[in-house]
Amino acid sequence: MSKIHVTTTVNGDAVEFLADPRETLLDCLRDHLGLTGSKEGCGTGDCGACSVTLDGVLVSSCLVLGVEAQGKQIGTIEGMATDGDLHPLQRKFIEHAALQCGFCTPGILVAAKALLEKKPDPTETEIRYWLAGNLCRCTGYDKIVRAVQDAAAEMREKA
Amino acid sequence: MPKDEFQKYRLVGTRPNRPDGLDKVTGRARYGADISAPGMLWGAVVRSPHAHAKIVKIDASKALALAGVKAVITRADFPDGLTGEPWNLQENTIAGERALYDGHAVAAVAATSRLLAEEAARLVEVTYEVLPHVTEVDEAIKPDAPVIRAGAADASVPEGMPPNVVRYMEFGHGDVEAGFAEADIVREGHYLTEATHQGYIEPHACLGQMGEDGKGEMWVTTQGQWYIRKMCADVLGMEVSQLRVTPSEIGGGFGGKTTIFMEPLSLALSKKAGGKPVKIVMSRSEVLRATGPTASASMDVKIGMKKDGTITAATANFRMQGGAFPGAPVDMALYCAFAAYKLPAVHHVGYDVLANRPRAAAYRAPGSPNGAFAVESLVDQMCLELGLDPIEVRLKNAVREGDKSSYGPKFGSIGLIETLEATKDHPNLQAPLGPNQGRGVAAGYWFNHGGETSVSMAISEDGTAQVSVGTPDVGGGRASIALMVAETLGIRYEDVRVNVVETGALGVNEPTHGSRATFASGKAAVEATRQAIGELCKRAAADWGIDPEAVEWVDGAAQPAGPNAGKFPPMSLAEIAGKMGSTGGPISGHHESVPEGVGASFGVHVVDVEVDPETGRTTILRYLVVQDAGTAIHPAYVEGQYQGGAVQGIGWALNEEYVYGKDGRLQNPIFLDYRVPVASDLPMIDTVIVEVPNPGHPYGVRGVGETGITPPLPAIANAIHRATGQRLRHLPMTPAKVLAAIKANGG
Amino acid sequence: MAVEVHLWSGLRRLTDGAEVVSVEAATVGEMLDALAIAHPGLKPIIDGGVSVAIDGELLTGGRHRAIAPGAEIYLMQRLKGG
Repeated sequence: MSKIHVTTTVNGDAVEFLADPRETLLDCLRDHLGLTGSKEGCGTGDCGACSVTLDGVLVSSCLVLGVEAQGKQIGTIEGMATDGDLHPLQRKFIEHAALQCGFCTPGILVAAKALLEKKPDPTETEIRYWLAGNLCRCTGYDKIVRAVQDAAAEMREKA
Repeated sequence: MPKDEFQKYRLVGTRPNRPDGLDKVTGRARYGADISAPGMLWGAVVRSPHAHAKIVKIDASKALALAGVKAVITRADFPDGLTGEPWNLQENTIAGERALYDGHAVAAVAATSRLLAEEAARLVEVTYEVLPHVTEVDEAIKPDAPVIRAGAADASVPEGMPPNVVRYMEFGHGDVEAGFAEADIVREGHYLTEATHQGYIEPHACLGQMGEDGKGEMWVTTQGQWYIRKMCADVLGMEVSQLRVTPSEIGGGFGGKTTIFMEPLSLALSKKAGGKPVKIVMSRSEVLRATGPTASASMDVKIGMKKDGTITAATANFRMQGGAFPGAPVDMALYCAFAAYKLPAVHHVGYDVLANRPRAAAYRAPGSPNGAFAVESLVDQMCLELGLDPIEVRLKNAVREGDKSSYGPKFGSIGLIETLEATKDHPNLQAPLGPNQGRGVAAGYWFNHGGETSVSMAISEDGTAQVSVGTPDVGGGRASIALMVAETLGIRYEDVRVNVVETGALGVNEPTHGSRATFASGKAAVEATRQAIGELCKRAAADWGIDPEAVEWVDGAAQPAGPNAGKFPPMSLAEIAGKMGSTGGPISGHHESVPEGVGASFGVHVVDVEVDPETGRTTILRYLVVQDAGTAIHPAYVEGQYQGGAVQGIGWALNEEYVYGKDGRLQNPIFLDYRVPVASDLPMIDTVIVEVPNPGHPYGVRGVGETGITPPLPAIANAIHRATGQRLRHLPMTPAKVLAAIKANGG
Repeated sequence: MAVEVHLWSGLRRLTDGAEVVSVEAATVGEMLDALAIAHPGLKPIIDGGVSVAIDGELLTGGRHRAIAPGAEIYLMQRLKGG
């Protein structure tokens, strides 16, 4: 099967790669662009470890084909810190011990960022339902929710 | 900064940021599937679609004809003649004469891309002769069940047992019949738990390389790189030291990554493909079908209790299937089942039974949750019948230091009483309960573990320190080791860098399992640091011209031990380190041992649930974990272990199970249908860290990772009973099961 | 030194019915070896791996660990964590 040349933007940088049409966006990010921060946990869109944004919309990149990235804006965990400064969510996750093995963390951070951009003052229930598509097996979610609440509070204060 | 309630030392008991946090929140940390190598091939595994079948023929010609396919392997590419556990590992890694479960590996291919490897795997033609299969433990234990492996019973099994029984246990003490006669009520129950999976979000992944010279390298996500090394060497018939295994960061293990699955395949493929590295990443359905779930259990328990709550006698008969190989943790299930109780008489019988399922691996306190489910459910039922408070009954029968355990030996230092008292006093127990709501209590136990440990530490030229440990960091480990070493050395936490090293750098280390890393690697790191301190003092003594015995280490510096030793100002670590090259060379410490002084731990959980009488759905309203940590080195990560264990238990109690069809195939090998808890299922998980320091560890550590999963199964069953009046004895307690129970009893 | 070792009842058929066996030993290793000699049926069990509890403390290694007089010794299955 011949490959397709894809030109796209990832975390603000113009990139290009050759994709087998069967490859997912996740495969392309990881294997062609070396961006291994997004993870494959299930390959069926159930765990959220592959969460990225596609033109600002939160998606499971294992359910997007690599060729669909053509001409779009993709946001991954690697683009979350700006100029070496961690995003408040990233800082709060470390402070609150909201990660143990850390494997689900990139996906959860990308998802939580998308939530706070949409809703800067979410309730605990809203946070939990928004993150229901991101599985974590280590933490039981308690410290994750607290970290998101704390980051949201800091971001509201600075806004 | 206000002192943390756990801060009994300068650093130990505080909550600094973990050293690997930055890498993990930025996506920089590299897990099993995150590296590549030049010339790398991808591996894919051909798996049996049958639960039990003779492998008649494997024809790889079509696969090999595909451009880009570089190697195909079968069992024929592995050495013959293994026995015992190495044979079990080899047989599970790649099938011999028969496929023993749905998903059993029968061949593997290596090709130049992942998609090509998957295509090639589909082109390998395997001819099977399907055989009768059995997947359920109570069916597998029947004398006429399909036989998984004739003659596999070990020396523990008496004559005349059914053919699939491979291990048998019987133990106990006292006169059980007399004990039952003394009781006011004697009650029994039959309990069933289904197999579950550890559910780590990171699938197994490795990059293996092996040349014709028999030297191999492997990058792998694992809890124990030395175990992987030894197991691969055994399965491949190679010398252990010729294989070097480097652990990646690990995305969860919980016991499931303490053994091998496809790792030897990557090495064998590499060798056959001329030494090119071969990367294999399992899919989620491969993980669920063909790695190491828990055993499933069928358990009978009988307890005699007096009106005042004193337990007079108990018996337990457990049957557990651990898949097509010996190793169902029926021994540990029985040892832990009554561990919280001081029993004058108890008798246990256990059977490890083979079935056509994948080879079970450890899952967080293996066996203990199952036994606790049976025993704690029955105790609670009897408390209800006698109108007794469940915590008071546990206090009445609670074991203390020096008491004879239910499994035989007497207890050393334990904190069950303290844990129960802390539970009693907790405000959660005062929360009012409304209609369809109920509160359940249960206790649980785990031994924790020492195990082979080898640790090195070294002082750097600027007076900072590095520590090499062999236990992968599953969540907070490096932080805890850094805290203990910095505390011991008297320097800043930030000045200690902890590295998890590969097999070539240290002596053998057991994995991060058995809740042992903070205990064992920590104890060894402290000893290694003390050794380095001895050398640091010697250097200062030499400089001062006094006897090394006259120098002591205080607050990160060497100083004369008393006014008679001499009048010298303290010499800091940085000062001594700065000139070590000219005063005798590198300063380091090393320690290895199988550490003694392991401290066991008890936990008590209290859960409030609401059960919807129309749907049978159980909502967790409140959840409290109270557990003895000995000493919490980093309290936030101790809390994290409590919360994580509890939530895995919630999943096991309410939703998770392996569903095998009549065809013996796993029906739910994806996360959509194997339903683990999500954020919206849960409330905050409250925790209380009880500290009854373990005298066997320099900072009092007891392992904390495992005990947390031992009480939730019965705690939730007990809560559901109190909410609905229905006693469920078969996990998981799905809405369908709860609703059926409500309806069957006129609800 | 005479040492009393508590076995588990399932092993009784290999020790002529005894659940507590007395052997001469000064260390854990000597004790295990002496048990296997006194009751050869125990050898495969011991070789397969056992844990030894001395005064309640569980050990999985330590053949050279000395046994103090009067210590309580239990043989148990080899424990495994997760």
